Amino acid sequence: MAGYLLRRMGQALATMLAVSVIVFVILHLLPGGIVRAQLGSKATPLAVHVLEQQEGLLKPLPVQYWIWLKDTLSGNLGFAYKLNQPVSSLIAEYVPRTFMLVGISMLFAISIAVPMGLWQGNRRNKADDHVISATMLILYSMPTFLLAVVLIVVLNLWLPVFPSTASDYGTSFLVDVKDLALPILTLTLANVTYFSRYMRSSVIDNLLEDYVKTARAKGASRGRVLAKHVLRNSLNSTVTLLGLTLPYTVSGSLIVESIFDFPGAGLLFWNSAQTRDFEVLLGVVLVISAATVMGNLLADILYGIVDPRVRSRS
Amino acid sequence: MKVSEQAERRTASKDKEGANVNVRQSSSASALQVFMANKLAVGAVLALLVVAMFSFLGPLLHHTNQTATNLTMENLPPGPQHILGTSPTGKDELGRLMVGGQSTLEVGLAVGLLSTGFGLIWGTIAGYVGGAVDALMMRVVDAALSIPFLFFAVLLAAVITPSVPLIIFVISAVSWLSTARLVRGETLKVRTYDFVAASKGFGTSNRSLITRHIAPNVLGTLIVNGTLKVADAILIFASLGYLGLGVAPPATNWGATLAAGVNNIFNGYWWQLWPAAIMIIVTVLSVNVLGDGLRDVVERRLARS
Repeated sequence: MAGYLLRRMGQALATMLAVSVIVFVILHLLPGGIVRAQLGSKATPLAVHVLEQQEGLLKPLPVQYWIWLKDTLSGNLGFAYKLNQPVSSLIAEYVPRTFMLVGISMLFAISIAVPMGLWQGNRRNKADDHVISATMLILYSMPTFLLAVVLIVVLNLWLPVFPSTASDYGTSFLVDVKDLALPILTLTLANVTYFSRYMRSSVIDNLLEDYVKTARAKGASRGRVLAKHVLRNSLNSTVTLLGLTLPYTVSGSLIVESIFDFPGAGLLFWNSAQTRDFEVLLGVVLVISAATVMGNLLADILYGIVDPRVRSRS
Repeated sequence: MKVSEQAERRTASKDKEGANVNVRQSSSASALQVFMANKLAVGAVLALLVVAMFSFLGPLLHHTNQTATNLTMENLPPGPQHILGTSPTGKDELGRLMVGGQSTLEVGLAVGLLSTGFGLIWGTIAGYVGGAVDALMMRVVDAALSIPFLFFAVLLAAVITPSVPLIIFVISAVSWLSTARLVRGETLKVRTYDFVAASKGFGTSNRSLITRHIAPNVLGTLIVNGTLKVADAILIFASLGYLGLGVAPPATNWGATLAAGVNNIFNGYWWQLWPAAIMIIVTVLSVNVLGDGLRDVVERRLARS
């Protein structure tokens, strides 16, 4: 287990380093770049040159990367000149809200999808299985924004149950719960379709395995085999899926946050892209990607704990 | 006793090989049969043909002006002049759906092909060469996969005005990653097959090993994956359009059409919302069903051979 852990952590570290290089290069390849964004398009070449000198942008790229990396590791993510705040304090304010949104939605999605997939796998090709599968496939074929729009129409316009914006978020607990309902529901539904499809086929595969026959032959009821053996084996692979879908869910939260005006990292990012506040863009992408890598690592460690075969393999 | 057992086994395995040969010979014919038997998948192909004809041939029958904004015609409900009403800028909605369909199908297909091609090359090399090269190539894939895609797209679109080719490039730049991972896994699997080891023993060059043995074995899985990539690309394209990062006018896409309608959601202008929504769902659903149908064919073939 220790070897597996070390190897996986080393991989995660290498991945993080690669992420930082990719993000850094993208940002410095952008036409116009950081200086033009700060000074505006009418700045004189001299002013541009002076600021470039000040910001250290005339040094070779690898040197700039090294300086940036050192700053970043010491917690200095630069300054958001449009919002007039250090980027790190913006991130500390907005990013945890996105984590909460994504975390709650994934938790809900798993708690719905796992029993549903188990049910479907057990009743494979019966009428109820077909109905659920068809519904899930239709939901799966809807982009996140469309899901949000449909939910707004149904649960705000037709039946005024929930507010259609979360812009009052942070005022009081009761307001928050109502405000969060539609954003969380949207992200949950988007994930349920994904997990339940996977869970269903995993349950079907497992039901064909020899250990199921053995357990049944020894007198275990079908329900007991499902609940004890098949559930655990199918959960294993769903745990890895959790890590893999994390980036998609975070992407989805950008859409959900901008539709519902929820003040999280996605909205911060979106607004900063409009004002070209590059330091914020860089910081948010970096922190969010780091969180994704960590999430993946966590899912793999969890996988190693629940499934002993993984540790010895690979 | 032992000898006879061995003999028995040998004949049994010979029988199996014989059966295999028969299956292989008829497999291309039966693949089509398996697919045609799947009524849902056939229906999906027909639906996609209808969407393609609607988008590319429709404008020949239904002439509309999709370039000029006409403020005297804005938000008109459906009527004989405008079958699906008009948009907030006074453009015919039906014509708009046709134009949106063109870019949608172009982006979907191009991304499917590009990302499959590039993923195939990257994954095969990583899986085949192995060692440090493999580790490096896969860390790049891991890293790029960890950056949530929409953040990356918003970043790019903040500085560059998107066009259809550029959007194809941006979506493909992300879409090939999981294909590469899949192909690498498959390559590792195929590498251990006896016939690959055998032809390596005969001195077959690396290049022909890859193109003649490994690639064909990965092909089925790759076609299924590519189909699902098309569906993903259409979803992403619609989302970008919805965020206002779609293609520059006069081109448009269904996401952008829907976004324009969302502003009138509380006015009850349903024709600006649901037709575009239905086009997105029908198209993506059909591609997904087609992919599932193809997967059945591939899996049945693999199970038999």
